[in-house]
Amino acid sequence: MSEIIIPEILQGKEPVQSVRTPIRMEYTFTPGVAAQAYLREFGKKKILANVSPVDGAILVPPRGADPRHGVLCEEFVELPHQGHVGSFCITNVPIPGRKDLDLPYISAWIFLDGADIGFLNLVSECPPEDCRIGMRVEAVWKPDDEIGMTAENILYWRPNGEPDIPFDQAGVRGWRYRASENSDA
Amino acid sequence: MRKVAVVAAASRQEEKMLDTEVEMMIPLITKVRESVGLQQTDIDFTCSGSSDFLAGQAFSFVMTLDAVGPNPPIVESHVEMDGAWALYEAWVKLQMGKSETALVYSYGKPSPGSIRDVLATQLDPYYVAPLWPDAHSVAALQARLLLEGGHTTIEQLADYAVRAGRVSDHEEYFSQPFIADPLRDADCPSYADGGVAVILATEGVAEKLSDNPAWITGIDHRIDAHHFGVRDLTMAPSVRLAAKNAGVSDAAVDVAELHAAYTTHEVIIRREMGLSVRPNAKQRSYPLAADTLMASGLLRIAEASRAIWEGGAQRAVAHATAGHLLQQNLVCVLEGGQP
Repeated sequence: MSEIIIPEILQGKEPVQSVRTPIRMEYTFTPGVAAQAYLREFGKKKILANVSPVDGAILVPPRGADPRHGVLCEEFVELPHQGHVGSFCITNVPIPGRKDLDLPYISAWIFLDGADIGFLNLVSECPPEDCRIGMRVEAVWKPDDEIGMTAENILYWRPNGEPDIPFDQAGVRGWRYRASENSDA
Repeated sequence: MRKVAVVAAASRQEEKMLDTEVEMMIPLITKVRESVGLQQTDIDFTCSGSSDFLAGQAFSFVMTLDAVGPNPPIVESHVEMDGAWALYEAWVKLQMGKSETALVYSYGKPSPGSIRDVLATQLDPYYVAPLWPDAHSVAALQARLLLEGGHTTIEQLADYAVRAGRVSDHEEYFSQPFIADPLRDADCPSYADGGVAVILATEGVAEKLSDNPAWITGIDHRIDAHHFGVRDLTMAPSVRLAAKNAGVSDAAVDVAELHAAYTTHEVIIRREMGLSVRPNAKQRSYPLAADTLMASGLLRIAEASRAIWEGGAQRAVAHATAGHLLQQNLVCVLEGGQP
């Protein structure tokens, strides 16, 4: 291959390190069959979960599938607005667009009563040092006139003052606990 | 070479689907597995093809694994290409001798985005993509060269459009305004959401899973230059070479499934593959009527296999393309009977 000869006018110039070619693409998403049902009811302050046809596991939020088995979930069940902290993280990095959040804040894996899986959400009205696995929490919703079909309906979760659930029953540990309970029975 | 066969397929295409990719793929993946009596734990390798640019979401294929049920953990791979290339990867994996069965699936939902614009992102990022040439306009550059160079005629393009069901006759074709002169709407693909899943199995296993496995007797994929400025756009040497290496013309072809998304692509694919200019009834190019990006190629292999299973063909050829202007091409020859 012959040597590349740079034109004289470009010799000794600083090499181009980067170029900017901004792109923008717009998508109109449909959330899918299960998520549509969930969002419609969430807009009425109801929390729907899927029931696994394989073992009855309660999966929230519903995605229309039990991903462990690759099967469709067509059955829904409504869950209460309270649960417990399955795990948590004290975060010192702000969320873009959430200037209302004071640092540090608590990101927690919330397990609703009756649910077999948790979901990520914010815990507030609780000093970080007081947060613990098994702590009982309840949803703090936006004012009714601001509720819509959006995940932003629940502002955060706060301690509801009920006694903690035992550590070995909290979060996914509850699977093993319930499995051992069932095998005893 | 180990003999590998396609033993099952399931597919679905609709103009606009409300299901998520997972909701769409679960019934298809379940169906192919059940049709050969395999569970996911019986499948040695799983490979999929899809594009984040269609989903508008990074690592979207990881979420679609929910449709497979990867528990206990599975051996899995993904290509950001049409599923025909996922099938090629699975075929190579089976050649390595450690696996006997494979699940291959692919899917695409072009409906959420403006596909003509999304496709611009596959072009060269410095010189071409920032100009946002839409897919039909790029195809029209090629169409112009084909027409002005005497490689085809408008009447022939009209014939292909009628045959694909895009218009009912020449009169309707010529009544359509140009959308990217010289291309009319009927020359361009009609996009559809959809997905396809197939099961592959090696000799010794395939015969147990199917009464009439569609044996892959030749498969090859080739690529032309990415810059279309350096290509003669009236040709696609990659189609010709892949077809030669796959052995397309070694024997008579009963069924040809072509991934021709534009009427002009059909002109080039036919010539490069050595098929007659005038297609017979068994030479089909459905993607003109329903092109599901990332799935159309694997769908061609599924349809060619189906022709063998149903006895309509002893020897079938499937062609898949990806990229712009027939840049990447895969050709697969399938045969019925003994391996």
